[in-house]
Amino acid sequence: MMADEIKKPDKATIIVHSGDMDKIYSALIISNGALSMGMEASLYFTFWGLQRLQKGGLEKGSLSKMNMMGIGKSMINSRMKKANVASLEHLFKDFKELGGKVIACEMTMEIMGVNKEDLDQDLIDEYGAVGTYIHEARDSKITLFI
Amino acid sequence: MAELKVDVKGETCPVPLVEMRKAVRNASPGEIIEVTGTHPASKKEIPMAVEALGLELLDITEDEGVWKIRIRK
Repeated sequence: MMADEIKKPDKATIIVHSGDMDKIYSALIISNGALSMGMEASLYFTFWGLQRLQKGGLEKGSLSKMNMMGIGKSMINSRMKKANVASLEHLFKDFKELGGKVIACEMTMEIMGVNKEDLDQDLIDEYGAVGTYIHEARDSKITLFI
Repeated sequence: MAELKVDVKGETCPVPLVEMRKAVRNASPGEIIEVTGTHPASKKEIPMAVEALGLELLDITEDEGVWKIRIRK
């Protein structure tokens, strides 16, 4: 059998540009769905999204709309708790357990003055730039910019 | 052969799907996985995932809002 006849699993690649709490939820829910349905998944954290990879930063994002100095966020948080929605930490743990890959944008680190020591190393699989994203995305069935 | 039981009653999107996937990964070939839950969309979506993963869907039952899906790896 030719090597390229071996079917690679379909892949989802998501750029996480936003650091907003609700958008981090979207990225993790979609990528966990992809992994659960037999796809590979990569999350490329850049710009405001990269802040969520800082130590202790995962849950710190504000709401993308109606944040109202955090009042909106706590309202949504309490409604999500009532609806038994998993925490971002829980979703991220599942993402890693199912083999999801996390890429941190090196240029953002440079611009924002973020060092590797500032980031939660347990979450990050590799560091890269646009070439890494294109490399991941070119054979992805799903690619999103969140 | 022992059945692997996954209880996701009260859990919402995407947890039922994820827990099903984790159980499938831990199961041995031929093993049966029984997923019990209440999230309505997951009752439709777990069978979609079963098909995508190339597994065998044995049966789906529902009683008073609680569904059971049985899968063979």
